[in-house]
Formats: sequence, C-alpha cells, structure tokens
Amino acid sequence: MAGYTREVARRIFAQEFRESNLTFKDGDDQYAPQYLLTPTGAKVNRVFIVGTLIEKEDIGTDSEYWRGRVTDPTGSFLIYAGQYQPEAAQVLAECETPAFVAVVGKPSTYTTNEGDVLTSVRPESLHVVDGETRDMWVIETARCTLDRLRSLEDLSPNAQRAKEYYDPDVKHYSSMVSQALKSLKETY
Amino acid sequence: MKELAHEISARFSELGVEIPIGEIEERLDKMINKFKVPKDEARRSVVNYFLKSYNIKRNEFYTGQSESPLINISDVDDGKWANIRGKIVQLWDNTHESISQVGLIGDETGTIKFTIWESAGLPQVDEGKSYFLKNIVVNEWNGKFQINVNKSSSIESLDEDIEVGNATVEFKGAMVDIQSGSGLIKRCPECNRALTKGACMEHGKVDGVYDLRIKAVMDDGSSIQDAILKKEQVEEITGTTLENAIAMAADALDQGVVLEKMKDSLEGRYYLVTGSRVDRYLIVESISPIFEYDSSELDELIAAAEVI
Repeated sequence: MAGYTREVARRIFAQEFRESNLTFKDGDDQYAPQYLLTPTGAKVNRVFIVGTLIEKEDIGTDSEYWRGRVTDPTGSFLIYAGQYQPEAAQVLAECETPAFVAVVGKPSTYTTNEGDVLTSVRPESLHVVDGETRDMWVIETARCTLDRLRSLEDLSPNAQRAKEYYDPDVKHYSSMVSQALKSLKETY
Repeated sequence: MKELAHEISARFSELGVEIPIGEIEERLDKMINKFKVPKDEARRSVVNYFLKSYNIKRNEFYTGQSESPLINISDVDDGKWANIRGKIVQLWDNTHESISQVGLIGDETGTIKFTIWESAGLPQVDEGKSYFLKNIVVNEWNGKFQINVNKSSSIESLDEDIEVGNATVEFKGAMVDIQSGSGLIKRCPECNRALTKGACMEHGKVDGVYDLRIKAVMDDGSSIQDAILKKEQVEEITGTTLENAIAMAADALDQGVVLEKMKDSLEGRYYLVTGSRVDRYLIVESISPIFEYDSSELDELIAAAEVI
C-alpha cells in the first residue's frame, strides 16, 4: 500500500452533484480509483453529506436493499445501501423519517437507456445526527463550493477539465450557494 | 592577510592542531605577494597543504565552516542542509547494512525520522541523549520529511536535556471514519502493544489488559487527518468509561458493540481536535464537539457568493 492516501470526502450540494456526469479513472489499472468530476471542478471519490432523510424504502427482492433520499437546501441525494453496506443499511432500516443524517460514501453513476446519467451515493457510513451538524455542513459546503468557483479560473487540471466539459455558468452555482446560505437565515 | 592567517590557524586549533601562525603567514605571503595568487585560491592552497601534512580529512575541516543554518525540526524543508539540536527519542531496528542507525529525533518543535548512514563513519548515538547534528540534509520519502546524517555531517553530544515538545496542531473537521482497532481493545502487559486476535506481535499469546482507544479520520473537505484518541479523551467524548465499556462487552459477549456505539455517537459530526503530530497521526490531547456555526461566517459567505 505504499503511497496510499485516503481520499478526502468532498463537500458538494445536491444540485451540483445531480448535475455531474463525468466519471473517469486515474490510470488504466483496474484498481485505480474512480472519480466523478463536478461542474465546479471537484474531483470526487468520496463525499460527506449531512441532510434530511425524507424517504426510505426497501427495494430489494431477495435481500434488503435500501434506497434513501437525503435533502439539502438545493435538492436531494439518492442513497443506496445493500448487503455490502451492512452498517448503513441497518441504520436505514431502523431509523425514522424524517431525520437528520450524516453520510460518508462513494459517488456512483448509472446511465439510463435514454443516455441520462444519474448520480447516487453508496454509503460507507450513515448516522443520525442533529440539526446543528446539518447547518454546519451547509456552511462548510458553501465555503468549499465558493472556493472551487473562485479557482475555476486557475489552470489546475480539474478546473480546466471541468470548464472544458461542462462550461459551467458560475452565476448559476454562486446563486445556488447563496440560496442555500440564506435558507439558514430563515430558520434563525 | 594577518586576518586570514588567524582565521586559518583558529580553525585548525578547533580541530586540535596548533600551527605556528608565522608558518601560515609565510606561506600566504609567498602565494599572494610573490606569485600573485588570488586570496581565495591562496587560502585554499594553504589549507590543503596543512591538511595534508597533518593528515586531516578535508570534510572534517570544512564541515565546521558549513553555512547550514540551525533550524527547528518543524521548519525542515526538502533538499535543504541544516543543523539540528535534538534528543534521540527512539532508535529503531536497523533494516539495512548501509545504515548505521535509524530512529526518531525531537526538539521543542516536533520530531522527525533520522538516518545515520554507515558511510558517515560516526560514533553511535544513544536513546534519550541530546545531540547537535551538523550539516545534515533533509529529504522527502513517502510524503514525509526525514534527515540524513552523511559523511559530511558531524554529531556532537550535548550535556543539556532537550525537551521534546510537540508543536501543538489543531484540526477542525468532520469525523468521517473510525477505523478497526478502535473501541475496547486489549494491550500486551509486557510492551503495551495492542493485541491482534489475542496475540502480541512480540510476545505471542498473552493475557491482555483492557484499554479504550479511537483511531479516527478527520476530514475538512480539503484534507484529512488521522487522529488517535487515548483512553482519557475517549471516555470524555463518549461518556463511556472503561469499566462501562467492559461491562457492555461482557453483556453482549462481543467487544464490537463498544466500537459500534462509538461510531454511532461520533461519526459524521464536527470536532475540533488539538494535539501533537507524530508521523501521520495527530495524538489528541483535547477534543471538543463543535455545536454551532459562526454566524458572522454565514454573513461573510453570503456576501462572498454575491460577488462571484
């Protein structure tokens, strides 16, 4: 495992996550980690999300396979946990909805027959948390997203690639951040 | 020229060789005045002459002259030459015949791995003693800095006892993982190592002593930090004492329940940890949950979002 470093869990709002559809690997090795590049240039192999679990359903046929929907101020994430995510699946099975949850997981994508790319999260861990944690996540995610928007102009490979592929409308994402932040004001 | 002669003579006497100053002056004078040799060249030539005649190694003479700055361990930088004052914190098993000694050296600002190469031909250092390492070179290996003591370096033993401090570092972020080997663990009564499957790597099957520890991964969205929480911090942050944990495990007939409970109460939440950095770990001295965000930051961010 020489040179192995753990992937940082990126902070991304649901809207940006949903609007991402570029996946790639670094290198040809079959064990090379898979990344999702988002429109603001986040290179994501792991995400950290805190939001509200509003729906959950066991969609498995033979064994349990849980689908959950976690919302943040900008939209929602789909979470899928089955037998290979036993801890997360168990929490999903036992918890009530709605509930604030913190999810650490891997992004995954699915391409429909129509060619649309759907993003979802495969949780490594999922826990029920409190509302303060969720608010702090919104702030943190806003800060991370603004930092990425600012550095889109830089020549970093991720920013370059995101610009070429998505041609992102910076205003679109800065107003998303703004809206998310202002939603915190309303509750206080 | 007199100055030059004095300088050379002083340097030689540091090495324990007294050369009559007149002799040095005479040689310099001949070079500079009679044969029109530039000063620097003359100096070098004279030095070389005496080095040869007294059988002193060139690098011995020049190390003392080194321009390497004295720096703190926390300030080392890749590829730089430096002098370091520090205490040998640990000596490790030597893994290669070309290495004389390898271990960890520390000063007030932190610790770093050092390697004394066999080719340096230096005397052995002892654990727990303080030394002045002159002219060492810093390099990076596997993402970490280390210092090399080579044949142009020297080691002086110091009488004082340097206190190995650990620069206190702070990390604020979400606890995104608690790794295996956390929770209720058993340690070897001989060497305090954590047991794996009831056995110590060194002492084999032993009756372990219970302890609590958490190996956590903290993540702030742009970097990660491995953190180790010892029993005191674990008890404080989880509210579960070692006795409670043992009782819980006994009830469930499974040590794993302790870890599960910890994961459930800590993962996914924000903490501020402070402690000292050792290797890739932050040895936590204090951990506190972050309960709420800073409302001024909220306003700042809203303003920042407007201008992008």
